[in-house]
Amino acid sequence: MNTNSKLMIIIRRILHAVPSVIGIIIVTFVLTRALPGDPAVYFAGPAATAESIQEIREALGLDKAWPEQFWIYVSDLVVGNLGVSISTGFPVAEELARRLPASLELTLIALIFSISIAIPLGIAAATRPNSWVDQVCRLVVTAGVSLPVFFTGIFMIYIFYYILGIAPSPLGRLGIYFMSPPHVTGFYTIDALLVGDLEVFWAAFVQMIMPAITLGIFTLAPLARMTRASMIQVLSGDFIRTARASGLSRGTVLYKYAFQNALLPILTTLGMVFSFMLGSNVLVEKVFAWPGIGSFAIEALIVSDYVAVQGFVLAMAILYVILNLTIDIIYTLIDPRVGLDG
Amino acid sequence: MDRRNFLKTAGVAAGASVLPFLKYLPAEAAGRNDTLVVVTGNGPNSMDIHRKGTNRPSYQIAVNLYDRLVGYSTKTLENGSLMYDYTKLEPEVAESWAIAEDGKSITFKIRKGATFWDGAPITAHDVKWSFDRAVSLGGFPTVQMKAGSLVNTDQFVAVDDETFVIKLLKPSKLTLPDLGVPVPIIINSKLAKKHATEKDPWGTEYLHRTPAGSGAFMLDRWDPGQQTVYKRFDKWTNGKLPGILRVIIREIPSASTRRALLERGDADVSLDLPPKDFAELQGSDKFTISGVPIENSMIAIGLNLDFEPYKNKLVRQAVAHAIPYDQIFKQAAFERGIPMWGGKSAKPETIKWPQPFPYDTDYDKSKALLKEAGYENGFEVPLAFNLGLAQWSEPLCLLLQESLGKVGIKVTIDKIPGANWRTAALVEKKLPMHVKAFGGWLNYPDYYSFWVYQKGRLFNSMNYHNPEIEELTEATLHLEVDHPDYEPKIKRMLEIFFDEVPLIPIYQPYLDVAMQKKVTGYKYYAHRQLDCRLFDKSGSA
Repeated sequence: MNTNSKLMIIIRRILHAVPSVIGIIIVTFVLTRALPGDPAVYFAGPAATAESIQEIREALGLDKAWPEQFWIYVSDLVVGNLGVSISTGFPVAEELARRLPASLELTLIALIFSISIAIPLGIAAATRPNSWVDQVCRLVVTAGVSLPVFFTGIFMIYIFYYILGIAPSPLGRLGIYFMSPPHVTGFYTIDALLVGDLEVFWAAFVQMIMPAITLGIFTLAPLARMTRASMIQVLSGDFIRTARASGLSRGTVLYKYAFQNALLPILTTLGMVFSFMLGSNVLVEKVFAWPGIGSFAIEALIVSDYVAVQGFVLAMAILYVILNLTIDIIYTLIDPRVGLDG
Repeated sequence: MDRRNFLKTAGVAAGASVLPFLKYLPAEAAGRNDTLVVVTGNGPNSMDIHRKGTNRPSYQIAVNLYDRLVGYSTKTLENGSLMYDYTKLEPEVAESWAIAEDGKSITFKIRKGATFWDGAPITAHDVKWSFDRAVSLGGFPTVQMKAGSLVNTDQFVAVDDETFVIKLLKPSKLTLPDLGVPVPIIINSKLAKKHATEKDPWGTEYLHRTPAGSGAFMLDRWDPGQQTVYKRFDKWTNGKLPGILRVIIREIPSASTRRALLERGDADVSLDLPPKDFAELQGSDKFTISGVPIENSMIAIGLNLDFEPYKNKLVRQAVAHAIPYDQIFKQAAFERGIPMWGGKSAKPETIKWPQPFPYDTDYDKSKALLKEAGYENGFEVPLAFNLGLAQWSEPLCLLLQESLGKVGIKVTIDKIPGANWRTAALVEKKLPMHVKAFGGWLNYPDYYSFWVYQKGRLFNSMNYHNPEIEELTEATLHLEVDHPDYEPKIKRMLEIFFDEVPLIPIYQPYLDVAMQKKVTGYKYYAHRQLDCRLFDKSGSA
């Protein structure tokens, strides 16, 4: 197999994503228009009259027919304009750029935490099925999945902040007296390192520990289970028996042959877990005052800010598409079989 | 070097003038007496109160960062809480004012030497431009100005730099108090005009992000959705210079987290806690709880007159007798309010508003009334509440459901999401029975009637209509309180409210704020926002 055919596969995958994106645009537009609640009434404020509601409806362009609204929406999208959020008055693109890094940074840290526990645990459980390690794995996984996120969050704040006083105050991305580092990537830890400011780096990092653990605990389950299942399957394969029979060391068999082959389903799960965490950590964001993208979407939904909801859904969908694409591409790179029959 | 020491050195070395370049705010430690840390559930979404879609927390920007012509003076309540006094106005940008002898205009003298943050003097032209803007932009600011009979731009005249005249369409007791609400702010018009365009003559884009005022505090930092930081405008002359140099307002969505921050001493003031938390914190000697009854406001049950059984006054009275007032007050409101039931007489003795209605929980009376009305076997009705207020509304509705069941009224509970509430309750007015929580900014019964009891008004979600109420409201709305006609007319109005009960009040809620013991100077306003100018943390004031 040569590089060219791999390139072709990648290009084809990218092209496959285009219809999904078009579909997403149409669906988000229709869905946000179908939301209950009249934005014009909401934004007319506490002392509205019929005239002022009508004024606002016209100002928002909501008095126009759907096809005309859709046309305006799409022609704005083409030039990268996601519209202006009605509730905040800022361009939606700007809002997303401000909030997405906060969510991404937290999610990535949570994922690293989760992976560093789940994968070794899964491997250990797979190599000794039904031993005490396996039982521990099962226990951790069940506990993680059955504790609701808001409970774990509030519980951690209660123990480590309120009672023991060792955790920093749950005030969001930085403590009260810190200022955010100059904006480059929007990841406070990275931005702080870029200007060589270790103190802000540390301040931003410690703020993330509790929310990241809260978020991570919840995602231990799918990762550990998938690692375990996938490893057990691979370990029972003929080539492992052959490798063992050939006298290869236990480590080589486990990591070089078994784990690398077990990696594919783990990678798929990882992609799903990641996008799931990104969009659904609203509760963690609420409890820890994290200014992320999930709470932005919920607030927009509550005030029937359809422009923001539209922008959020679109951004998340595109992110999801990109993520799937990336994973597909990684597949083609690490697994020769994908290339042959894809 | 640890962080605290580092902060001290940095703060001392750099001084206040170069703050924005520091990576820390220069409060050396959380204990500093000149920095106030506030935690709240929601923050501002705009720096411009005149913009469409500006949320309630943004009113604090108008209060702290802008000045008005006049402010309200302060009165001290029995429990020691401070409260604004809308009957006594204080000079702010206007040094003095006088109502013309013919009663057709008010002349304001602008304070000499008062400037905006950029050093430009505040002139009558700035006032005119700002008032013109408020009545021209439409939506909320225009409606609020209208409440004070301030309707068109011709009414505002800048005679010279120091003299500003408002021409009155009609004499009204509401005009002067309406100048002290958050809306009629004075904007630096020269600065704003620089950023105005042909399409946007009122500079809404610019002022949305950048305040241009003369207030006691300036904007230091605004991270929407996270925090707002004010710093003191040291050259402020429109009132007593605040003792607090910096105010940090952090948005913490979770109420339990806000409470934890207060209890750990990381926050000085905590807003928007549920009534249960306040009831619990009240017992502690570490905190001050300021509970002030929200003026001109009550938690009530609205009965929609479009719903067949509620067309009958007797049925409405029957419902008013079947409400478990005491239980709701204790279990849903945690007694954070003033009871509005159990009034002694069917005729009001005073014109105090709100005042207890002459109803009490009495199932026998309720059944008798239903029988008389021909609803002996009861009826079914949905009871709606706003999910955004579920914390106290939901238990209230459950108690009510159980209680009405005893007189044969079968209630189903209808939870309506916040986004839908306004449309369903106020615009379409289609909810047969619902929980109401309206409050008027100007504290007069006629003003309440104007918004809630008059036909077709936005907050008349009961579809109530009574020609006599229409007439009484029109007659009293602009009348001075000491006018001989005022009291008898208002008494008659309240008597009708009592008798016809389209709206059954349960209690007048408190506005609760929890503070560290050493924090003083909290003052209650009808707009329910913090006025940071009076705060003190030294523990001595």
